[in-house]
Amino acid sequence: MMSSYRRGDIEAHPPYAHEAYASTHKRAPRHPLIRIAHTLSEITGPRFGRELIRAGDIDLTHFNGGEAIGERIIVRGRVIDEDGKPIPETLLEIWQANAAGRYAHPDDQHPAPLDPHFSGNGRVMTDTRGEYRFVTIKPGAYPWRNHHNAWRPNHIHFSLFGPGFATRLITQMYFPGDPILALDPIFNSIPDEAARKRLVASFDIETTIPDHALGYRFEIVLRGRDSTPMER
Amino acid sequence: MAPRQTPSQTVGPFFGPSLIEAGSENLVRPKTRGDRIVIEGRIIDGDGAPVIDAMIEIWQANAEGRYDHLEDDQEKLLDPAFHGYGRAATDAHGAFRFETIKPGAVPGTDGVLQAPHINVSIFARGLLKRLCTRIYFPDDPLNETDLVLITIAPERRATLIASGVCNSKVMRFDVILQGANETVFFDV
Repeated sequence: MMSSYRRGDIEAHPPYAHEAYASTHKRAPRHPLIRIAHTLSEITGPRFGRELIRAGDIDLTHFNGGEAIGERIIVRGRVIDEDGKPIPETLLEIWQANAAGRYAHPDDQHPAPLDPHFSGNGRVMTDTRGEYRFVTIKPGAYPWRNHHNAWRPNHIHFSLFGPGFATRLITQMYFPGDPILALDPIFNSIPDEAARKRLVASFDIETTIPDHALGYRFEIVLRGRDSTPMER
Repeated sequence: MAPRQTPSQTVGPFFGPSLIEAGSENLVRPKTRGDRIVIEGRIIDGDGAPVIDAMIEIWQANAEGRYDHLEDDQEKLLDPAFHGYGRAATDAHGAFRFETIKPGAVPGTDGVLQAPHINVSIFARGLLKRLCTRIYFPDDPLNETDLVLITIAPERRATLIASGVCNSKVMRFDVILQGANETVFFDV
């Protein structure tokens, strides 16, 4: 039987309006959201096949015929739902700044060097156990204009679809021990400390490859199914 | 302890090269069944300024009213030339454009047929979570009984209905993030 998805966990997610993050001021809606019942429109969603993944999508350290500069790292983890059930064959899209803290994006004007051998874009599918793994370089911190002397902590952007429209998620993975985290309005827009910690990857010696690259684990939890069946 | 949801964060301003591919705003192929439509619009902020760095995604049923997904087990035809997912970035004027087909009606709760609609997600710098809305079609008789539309105050309902002249293939759907005429956004 079809069932709906659980709702967004109000302790987990940031509000739309967050005073310390200036870009929310003119973009956060003022009206409360209107809750709608889950129908086929919300429990279905786009699916992507493995044919979408190209060579190089899961290893960002080589691009354009050369090797990216920076600290090589391995990021792996599992995508599960709130019941601990793995989410197999789901697409993750990742993007990030280079080791110097600059995106290969025309609007990024931060005067740090671009790396011709780093695009910062990747894609990976989870396997049948919900596990994913990719290789990249550690992104650098970079300044932004939110407030005086504002810097974004090191982070990797993640985009996930999960099984349905209701499970779509875009988030950012941070690194353990980063002193900028305490000062970052985007990270601190999440009111609950335990929820914030879920966005910080953990260093993992098991994932680390001797003489090659440090490893990090980042687990991702998407919404689970509601226990009550969907009305039809 | 049960796993808790991973928090949402903003897509930021620099997603373009990674997430937007040429052609991702075109959902139709030559053999796709259904009436071709173009949906164009702009995303506008609380100052009336264009939102030039947003990403907008759509998800919709095919012309018969069936989603290309395992959990849609209706006895309606699947269209091998239509999946129903599209993605676009706004340009320097805050504008976006999709080429698609008008979706058929899909059942909602209690078996009541929903009016034809397209599901929309919006991501941008300054949006710490996505915004969800729906695009409905003008003059569709099912709009009168749609359980989502009828629960919305009449003065705000119009924000969910695309505009287009009769028989026109081009529909307009503007998204106003904040302020007067703010688009209705859903807690999905």
